[in-house]
Amino acid sequence: MSDDTLLIALLALPFAGAAGALFFPANARNAEAWLAGAIALAALLVAAQFYPDVARAEVLRSEFRWLPELGLGFTLRMDGFAWLFAVLVTGIGFLVVLYARYYMSPQDPVPRFFSFFLAFMGAMLGVVLAGNLIQLVFFWELTSLFSFLLIGYWHHNAAARDGARMALVVTSAGGLCLFAGALLVGRIAGSYDLDRVLAAGDLIRAHELYLPALVLVLLGALTKSAQFPFHFWLPHAMAAPTPVSAYLHSAAMVKLGVFLMARLWPVLAGTDAWIWIVGVAGLCSFVLGAYAAIFQHDLKGLLAYSTISHLGLITLLLGLNSPLAAVAAIFHTMNHATFKASLFMAAGVIDHETGTRDIRRLSGLARFMPITATLAMVAAAAMAGVPLLNGFLSKEMFFAQALAVEGPSQSMDRALPYLVTVAAAFSVAYSLRFIREVFFGPAPVDLPRAPHEPPRWMRFPIEALVLACVVVGLFPAATVGPLLDLAARAALGPATPEYSLALWHGFNLPLAMSVLALAGGVGVYRLLKTQLARGVERTPFLPPIDARAVFDRVLAAVSRRWPRALEAAVGTNRLQPQLRWLAVLAVVAALGPLYRHGLAFGEGASPDVDPALAIAWVVGAACAIGAAWQAKFHRLVALVLAGGAGLVTCVTFVWFSAPDLALTQLLVEIVTTVLILLGLRWLPQRIPFAWTWAGARAAAPRRLRDLAIAVAAGGGLATLAYAVMTRPLPETVSRYFVTQAYPAGGGTNVVNVILVDFRGFDTLGEITVLGAVGLVVYALLRRFRPARESLDAPPQQRKQSAATAADDVLVPGVIMRLMFPVIGVLALYLLLRGHNLPGGGFVAGLTMAVALILQYMAGGTRWAEARLDIQPVRLIGAGLLIAAATGAGAWVVARPFLAALAVDVELPLVGKLQLPSVFVFDVGVFALVVGATALVLVALAHQSVRSHRAPQQP
Amino acid sequence: MSATLLAGAIAFAQVLLALAMACAAFRLLRGPRAQDRVLALDTLYVAAMLLMLTFGMREANALYFEAALVIGMLGFVATAALAKFLLRGEVIE
Repeated sequence: MSDDTLLIALLALPFAGAAGALFFPANARNAEAWLAGAIALAALLVAAQFYPDVARAEVLRSEFRWLPELGLGFTLRMDGFAWLFAVLVTGIGFLVVLYARYYMSPQDPVPRFFSFFLAFMGAMLGVVLAGNLIQLVFFWELTSLFSFLLIGYWHHNAAARDGARMALVVTSAGGLCLFAGALLVGRIAGSYDLDRVLAAGDLIRAHELYLPALVLVLLGALTKSAQFPFHFWLPHAMAAPTPVSAYLHSAAMVKLGVFLMARLWPVLAGTDAWIWIVGVAGLCSFVLGAYAAIFQHDLKGLLAYSTISHLGLITLLLGLNSPLAAVAAIFHTMNHATFKASLFMAAGVIDHETGTRDIRRLSGLARFMPITATLAMVAAAAMAGVPLLNGFLSKEMFFAQALAVEGPSQSMDRALPYLVTVAAAFSVAYSLRFIREVFFGPAPVDLPRAPHEPPRWMRFPIEALVLACVVVGLFPAATVGPLLDLAARAALGPATPEYSLALWHGFNLPLAMSVLALAGGVGVYRLLKTQLARGVERTPFLPPIDARAVFDRVLAAVSRRWPRALEAAVGTNRLQPQLRWLAVLAVVAALGPLYRHGLAFGEGASPDVDPALAIAWVVGAACAIGAAWQAKFHRLVALVLAGGAGLVTCVTFVWFSAPDLALTQLLVEIVTTVLILLGLRWLPQRIPFAWTWAGARAAAPRRLRDLAIAVAAGGGLATLAYAVMTRPLPETVSRYFVTQAYPAGGGTNVVNVILVDFRGFDTLGEITVLGAVGLVVYALLRRFRPARESLDAPPQQRKQSAATAADDVLVPGVIMRLMFPVIGVLALYLLLRGHNLPGGGFVAGLTMAVALILQYMAGGTRWAEARLDIQPVRLIGAGLLIAAATGAGAWVVARPFLAALAVDVELPLVGKLQLPSVFVFDVGVFALVVGATALVLVALAHQSVRSHRAPQQP
Repeated sequence: MSATLLAGAIAFAQVLLALAMACAAFRLLRGPRAQDRVLALDTLYVAAMLLMLTFGMREANALYFEAALVIGMLGFVATAALAKFLLRGEVIE
């Protein structure tokens, strides 16, 4: 298989597995574990077989064009560094799957667990293999999302939900910052492609936007790696199932921040800003994390703080601006992944077999689970940096770098060796506490379960990882040497220094620091023993800041208090102020450009005015003003007057040769009138009001202000329209549409050709919106309860008997029913001829809707629905499907979406007929318009039927 | 000769029809009863329809006859809805 295929397979395998895992029954623990294990193992093998390629220092790339115009593509890129991470992610992932098989209880819904787990693994691989920055950020956020789902896996547990939410908020907020940072970096470098960004290091560091870009990228990295001051989410994330912690918080999620910093090390590192931010954050996390870990009574809490501390160590190394330190950072990343994953698993075993993780209750477990105890002790020793284990080697390199640092501040350089020795002593102390208090001492009393060794295969992952710790610790150059070498070369490029991985470097200062740290750790533990035995839940000497309470308060402020305050300050529940603001804003927005560019009129309108049109316009204007004037006093009159204004508009359209517009205008006018009439029924009566001088005077300022706004908005719009219309028509796209309608679109009706062909995609979007609006109106009206005063039957009906009511509509009712087929034929006619003459799907749909309304009006809802089975929602769905399928149909003949096609069909009687695909598209538009209009009107009409059913007094 | 006569007649008819619209608009604005206004709107529709017929004659284009046809066919829907509203208090029962 080619490298391309294999790279895609590596990324796609976990996601495919995640989708597949969902289809298993809830109790299929074994099948799920087999699937997930097989997927992880396969991914590991695929990753491993790239070794010969990356060992030759090759960079494998696999590109897929997506938006080449924007320089965006889907690029998979594998070099030595990415390879190392891919192997870590898949290898430890495989071990964790095996472990999880035994850890998860038969009651847990495992499909969800393994599905999220595999998807998370896929997202991790996506970050690691990303060949461009945008893609990297995408998968980065995906890991935040899946870690949220994994941490909150036991969602019946409040701590899990809170921890998951906190992790999501912190890491995804960091991810957003990273996105902004990646955009900046990409902009400076001129490309988002990783290779080009990596080559543009000097350019980026010298750029004036370097600092903002750096801060944003680091915000992403530090939040993800739980570095000070964003460390607080990690201990809370311990509410996750232990396999999740073992994976996310040792090898995977938290390592992403470190991965990113190392990945962009050649580009962003080397400046004082870098050393200050990264170095100080790392140092704080290293020291404070180690110190806080000593005082944790929860096993996983201890490991969580220790993780913060070790990631701080790695961050500090990366922040030292020395290539050798960066090599040490990569080395420690690998070592930490092995010993921390095994320790988490051991903690899970203890929790699983004893029922508690509280160090205060555990004791003397070595006699019950000797093998697990031995394994955990070796791993903890590696964590403490005991010689002959892998942790010792990287810590030794770290000490050497701390001694050699040349940072911007002399005093910092001198203090650093002391600080790191103290922190290393702390880490010895908590490792010692872990071993001493859990495995030694008297036998435990009162445990929820009788402790015993875990199943054979549950221990296997721990054994494998601990073996790695020992072998790497003993023979570093032979085992891990080549891997580290290729990873460092890939990450650092030409800056890769010479280094030695030997176990013994002679008697030197780093060794003395190691010995000092070990001795100091033992001393610290002895000193604190009595304090710890008291079991107080607090870390001494640290300010008692509850990061979680701060986080909650910030979150409450951002998500509730501030929005509420903002809403109280500028929001309004009343329509009038909203409309007023809207109008004022529109005027101001229009004044802006006018102020800058001035307003110039064209040649002037043609002087000859048709007297008939002038009179019609006077009529229309009078109706419009009358409608506005009556809107407050008499709704029905305002509606009738608006109808008059609409009719004059329609006449105007005809006058200026726009029959399509006129047709649409007329139909919209009719449908709107009926719609508002339907709504008027449910509006409450106007509050009776007596006109007085005092009242008029009080209202005068408000009315004058509103009049001024109205005149400014209306007059301004008229002025602008006049200015536009008196100018010669500029050369716009409309000329193209007019000339190309027939040759390119095959229709003589330009309007329709534009709608269904040239701008077909817009129309598709518009009908989608129309369908959505119809559904929303329907959904809102389903829950509509009329005001109490409009609940009764209208006064007209109360005076009438059923017989007189039937008489009222007898003659018009017959006409309305008779008109149904006639209007239906008209609708069909408008639809069929639309492409060449005025008409089309939209107009035809409205016509059909009018025909339907007439039947409802003539006979009432029950009568109409007993005879006509219209399914508005189905019509909407069918319309959308037809329109979209027509568009997609063009793919069959390898044309772009919505490309117009024509098929010649032979029909009996009719003969040969050219059937363009745009006609089918128009049919979709027709169905959707009928459906949406009918849905809204019928939903309103149904209120009358419902109100009679509803109890009179709620 | 006849063409000039026809053009003049059409222009005259258009002005008269527009004046008819103005008369209807007067009732539309003044009322006094709601029924008067509804009738006025219907009249307005009829006048507009006729205006389109004259326009079709002037332009010698059948499309305008069609527009008039559509007004004639559908214009009564709004009137009927309004009448129903006045008679029964709701349009669809």
